[in-house]
Amino acid sequence: MPSVASRDGLMQGEASVAELVLRLYIAGNSAGSRRAEQNLHDLRALLDNQAWRIEIIDVMRRPELAEQAGIIATPTLSCEHSGRPRRIVGDLSDKKRVLEFLGIETGDDP
Amino acid sequence: MTAQDDVDLTGVLERVKTGVAAFDELVMGGLPRARTTVVGGTPGSGKTVFATQFLAHGITTFGENGVLVTFEEPPADIEANMRGFGWDLAKWRKEGRLAFVDASPPATDELVIGDFDLAGLLSRIEHAVKNANAKRVVLDSLTQLFDHFIGDPKILRRELFHISTALKKSGLTVLMTAERNSEYGEITRHRLEEFVADNVVILRNVLHYEKRRRTIEVLKMRGSHHAEGEAPFTLLASQGVVAVPLSSLRLEQQSSTVRVTSGNPAIDEMCGGGFFRDSVTLVSGATGTGKTLLVTNFLAGGVAAGEKAILFGYEESKGQLFRNASGWGTDFTRMEAEGKLKVICLYPEAQGLPDHLLTIQSLVDEFKPNRIAVDSLSALERIAPDTGFREFLISLTSFIKKREIAGLCTATSKSLIGGESVSEQHISTLTDSIILLRYIQEQETMNRGLMVLKMRGSEHAKEIRRFTIDGSGMHLGESFKRAPNVFKT
Repeated sequence: MPSVASRDGLMQGEASVAELVLRLYIAGNSAGSRRAEQNLHDLRALLDNQAWRIEIIDVMRRPELAEQAGIIATPTLSCEHSGRPRRIVGDLSDKKRVLEFLGIETGDDP
Repeated sequence: MTAQDDVDLTGVLERVKTGVAAFDELVMGGLPRARTTVVGGTPGSGKTVFATQFLAHGITTFGENGVLVTFEEPPADIEANMRGFGWDLAKWRKEGRLAFVDASPPATDELVIGDFDLAGLLSRIEHAVKNANAKRVVLDSLTQLFDHFIGDPKILRRELFHISTALKKSGLTVLMTAERNSEYGEITRHRLEEFVADNVVILRNVLHYEKRRRTIEVLKMRGSHHAEGEAPFTLLASQGVVAVPLSSLRLEQQSSTVRVTSGNPAIDEMCGGGFFRDSVTLVSGATGTGKTLLVTNFLAGGVAAGEKAILFGYEESKGQLFRNASGWGTDFTRMEAEGKLKVICLYPEAQGLPDHLLTIQSLVDEFKPNRIAVDSLSALERIAPDTGFREFLISLTSFIKKREIAGLCTATSKSLIGGESVSEQHISTLTDSIILLRYIQEQETMNRGLMVLKMRGSEHAKEIRRFTIDGSGMHLGESFKRAPNVFKT
């Protein structure tokens, strides 16, 4: 479990051992970024049994963090729990595919 | 429209030198500042080298720092690969004169769902530009980026256009590379150039008669003039891309009336007093007619008159040439020891014609001879037929004239008696003088004959002179009374 330094942007969730860190890289106030942010919060609301922590990183304000993470496209959701990091580029509108790709068990269809 | 807009459009664009001198000439001084140029080429055509040279030249020569956005190889690999060209990217990076944006494929699983933009990339580039205070930006290569987001070419086009516009607005001169599928066909894969490029440059690496021929072509230059057609170039260790200036672009050499000796008083007389100082003479004849002897005389005659002479031999080794010369009473070893003579022997196959030309040019500029001999052009023609050879000849002859030195080249006729060679056809219009050496059969004996066929800007003897060769060189005798028609070309 990597320690998570304080990031610029919105921080949510509580620290726990099995915590899942989801970083969403957005670009300012673009429509796509706002949609992705909203979709991510909707997902989290749907799955309130999961230990998630969401970090929102604005690449316009923190380009060095985008550089560190090698972000090219925005919005990008980066899921850094175990093994190979997984990333989703786009506005996360297809929630089913997002969860499938992240390997998150939902029990039922969101 | 304001007056300022007018100025922008009429081609008084500020130029940014690329570091490829002959290329800058093709585009009237360099790439226009604050514009985007797409450099297209097949894999291995030299795109990355060209692009890196553009950055390197800015950093070392003009104090213009650069940003290299790499989509293909990680920065460490590029630093290692470019060291061979003498560019210390790692040092410049540490000094803050070069910044990388590493956009090489990450080791992550990735999925694209829905619309996206490339603001991440743009903000990283702008961040790097700010950190390095950069003036030049290279994106290498766009094709890799397209392959990354293979399913969304429309989004990418829109986003690349956006990035290109944003960088130009910041006054940055941008060079983007893109892959081509074939040497002659679609300009770039995904037709990138249509929406991002103000200028399009094509690098080619064509297999031609089992030889690689590299050329560079300026296809489009928005709002400005440029030379058309392909210009040959070569990739040299410690230098990078070196384009070969096509001297056919200009005919500005002065014509001299100063005469210099051919090394043989009788031939001088036939030529109306010797060769002109800045002229190129072709000696053509079958094998064994005495071409190399004329070359030897030409060099020795110059050295005897206090000049410096250089010989490029492509048929015989240095040892053979020196032995031949001493067989005719000429001591090359002493001349070379005195620094009056330089003899360079190379296998024609050792390198391509553009490299041969650059070798000749750099050695001539280093040694500064008054006369130069090339023995033989036919050997060089063997390695690059057709257009490549003609370009080589044009560049060579005009180089010789520009340096105002006397040149003597030889060409070998294919048939022993009479006949003509392809080199003669090529070169006869490019040289100022032509001397023919031929075997002539008279009853039971085979004799040699010499004729001055052409002598630009001068009277010359019209007769065919008999000559013999012995231990002291060439001796011209009487003219033939009834020679068969073996001198036509």
